Amino acid sequence: MAGLNAGHLNRGRSNLWRWGVLACAGLYFLVPLAASVLFTVDVPGQGYTFDAYTQILGTEGFVTSLLLSLELAAATIAIVLLLMVPAMVALRLAAPGLRPVVEVVCALPLVVPPIAFVAGLGTVLKWGPEHLSRTPLFQTFVAIQNPDFPFVLVLAYVVMALPFVYRALDAGLRAMDVRTLVEAARSCGANWPQALVRAVLPNLRGALLNSSFLTLALVLGEFTVAQLLGFRPFAVWIVNVSGSQAQLSVAVSVLSLLVTWAMLLALASFGGRPRTASAARG
Amino acid sequence: MTALEKTAVETGMKTGTKTGTKTGMKTAVRTAMALDKAATVEFRGLRREFGTTVALDGLDLTVRPGELLALLGPSGCGKTTALRMLAGFEHPDSGEVLVDGDDVTRVPAHRRDAGMVFQSYSLFPHLSALDNVAFGLRMRKVRTAERRAAAAELLDLVGLADKGAQFPHQLSGGQQQRVALARALALRPRVLLLDEPLSALDAKVRLTLREEIRRLQRELGITTLFVTHDQEEALSMADRVAVMQAGRLEQCAPPAELYGRPATAFVAEFVGTMSRIPGRLDGTTVEVLGRRLPVDGPAPAATEVDVLVRPEAVAVRADDTGDAQVIATAFLGAAIRVTVRLADGTEVKADLPTHEAATLGAGAPVTVSLPDRPVLVAERTH
Repeated sequence: MAGLNAGHLNRGRSNLWRWGVLACAGLYFLVPLAASVLFTVDVPGQGYTFDAYTQILGTEGFVTSLLLSLELAAATIAIVLLLMVPAMVALRLAAPGLRPVVEVVCALPLVVPPIAFVAGLGTVLKWGPEHLSRTPLFQTFVAIQNPDFPFVLVLAYVVMALPFVYRALDAGLRAMDVRTLVEAARSCGANWPQALVRAVLPNLRGALLNSSFLTLALVLGEFTVAQLLGFRPFAVWIVNVSGSQAQLSVAVSVLSLLVTWAMLLALASFGGRPRTASAARG
Repeated sequence: MTALEKTAVETGMKTGTKTGTKTGMKTAVRTAMALDKAATVEFRGLRREFGTTVALDGLDLTVRPGELLALLGPSGCGKTTALRMLAGFEHPDSGEVLVDGDDVTRVPAHRRDAGMVFQSYSLFPHLSALDNVAFGLRMRKVRTAERRAAAAELLDLVGLADKGAQFPHQLSGGQQQRVALARALALRPRVLLLDEPLSALDAKVRLTLREEIRRLQRELGITTLFVTHDQEEALSMADRVAVMQAGRLEQCAPPAELYGRPATAFVAEFVGTMSRIPGRLDGTTVEVLGRRLPVDGPAPAATEVDVLVRPEAVAVRADDTGDAQVIATAFLGAAIRVTVRLADGTEVKADLPTHEAATLGAGAPVTVSLPDRPVLVAERTH
C-alpha cells in the first residue's frame, strides 16, 4: 500500500514538474507575443484599434509577395520530394553502402552559411549571361530569374531544404521494412512504380508531411537568399515595409507568424486525414 | 457464383459450382481455387555469388506438380536465394529457372505468377486485412466490389472471416501470417513460395499453422516451395525434403527416406540426431561394438570407418562389468536421451523409454549394443 501511495505521490510530483516546464516555456513564447499584439492594437490616445492590421492589408505588395512565397514553397516541396523520395528508397534497396555519403551531402547546406551560398549563386548568375550570351542557355538564365516567379529561388530552397527533408524521410523509412514491402507488392503483381506508390508512399505519409512542414516553414521565413538576389517574397516584403512605421512593423511580424501557423495547420489537416488505424492506435 | 469464381473466370481459371450454404461456399471457393493443372518447377544449374561468398553452386532441383517441397539446410546454404530466384527477386549468374518448361529467368517478379509468404510480417501496414488480401486483385484492375468479395472469401478460407476490417498491427503474429497466406493465394498463383513463414511465431501457433498450411496446400493442389531451417518442420510437412549445403543439393527425398537412408554423411547428421561409432570395414560388412553387421548402401573405400546410428537404434543396458559409462541424461517426455561414453572415448546418444532409463544416472556403467540390422557407414572424418 505504502509503495502504491509513494508511486502516486511520485507521479503527482512529476506531473507538477511537467506543468511547471510547460508554463515556463509558454511564458517564454507567449509573453513577447502577447506584448507585441498589445503594442499593435493599443495605440496611445486612440484606445484599442486594429488600424495597424488593416493598414497591412492595404499596403502595396502584401498579397503578391505572400502569393509568391506560397508558390515558391509549393514548387520547392514538390521538387525536393520528387528528388528525395525515389533517391532515398533506391538508397535503401540498392546501395545501403552509399548512405553515409548521401547523409553528408544532404547536411552540407547546414554547414555552408546562406550568405556564402548566395554569394556563389550570385556569381554564377552574373557570369552565366556574359559567357553564354550567344547560346540558348542565355534564355534559361533569364527565365529562372523572372521576378514573377524566380525559379532560381526554388533551386536554392531545394538545396537548403535537403538536410531537413533527408532527416524526416530517413526517420520514416527506418520505421518500416522497405525491402519486404516492395517485394510483397511485387509478388502481388505490382510493378516498380506501383509498388512505390501503393506500398511504400502510404506508409511514409508522416515523413512526407514532416518534410513538407519543414520546407514550408523554411521557404516562408527565408530572407537572405531572396534579398541578396533581389527578389521580393513575403519575408523580404516584411522587412522592407516594416522600416517605415513601428506599429506596422510589429503588426507584420505578428501577422507573418499567424500566416505560417495557418499554413502549417492547413497542411496538417490536408495531409493528416483521420484514419481508423491511427484512431485505433491512439 | 461467388465473386472469387467470377474473378477466376476473368483471370482465365476454371469455375466452381454454384452453392448457397456457407460450407458449400467454402468448398466452391476451393474448387474455384484448385488449379486445373499444378505447375512443375525446375532449377537448372543455378549459380549465384555475392562478392566472395557462393550462395548457389550449381543447384539442380525439380519440384513435381502439386507437391510441397521443403528446402532445408543450415543458414547460408542458399535455400532462401533459390526461393527468391523463383520469385524473381534474385537473378542467377548462370543457370535457369523453369516453370512448366518455360524459362522464367528473365521474367520480372510481378509477372512470375508466384505467391509468396515472407519470414517477417510483410503485410501493408496502411491497409486493413481485407485490403491486404485484395491488393493483388487491385493491381490486376479487378473492380472494387468484386475484389472485396473475393478477398473476404479468402480470409474465410484461412479462418479470419471476422478480421477483415482489422489493421495488421491489431492482429497477432499468427493471424498476420494467415492474412499473408491469403494474400499470396489471391491471384491464384501457379507456385506458392513460403520463406520461413513460421519462424517468427511462438511454438504453439507454429504447430497449428503448420497443419493448416499443409491442409490448404493439399486441398488447392498448388505446387509449393517451403524454405526452413527447422528439420522437424520440414519432415512433418513436406512431400519431399531437399537438403542443401553450401549452395548445392545434398539429397532430395521423402522424409522417411531422408531419415532412414541419408545419401550423405551431411544429411545423416543434419536431419535428426546421428552418433558416429568407429568400426572396421571388411568388404560388405563392418565390425562394430564387437559384432559384424552388413553395410547399408554403397560402402566407402576406406577400412577405418564410422558407423552412423540413430539414438532410437542404440540399446543401452545397465551392466556393472560394462566398459561404457553414462555421462548425461536428458528427459524428452516419452523417452530419455542418454549420452554414453564408450571405452575409446566416443560419445553415443541413445533414446530409451523413460521407465527403462530410470536407473541410469550419470556415471553408471553400461554396455552398448546395436540391433542386427544393416548399418550406414561413412568415411572417418577425424
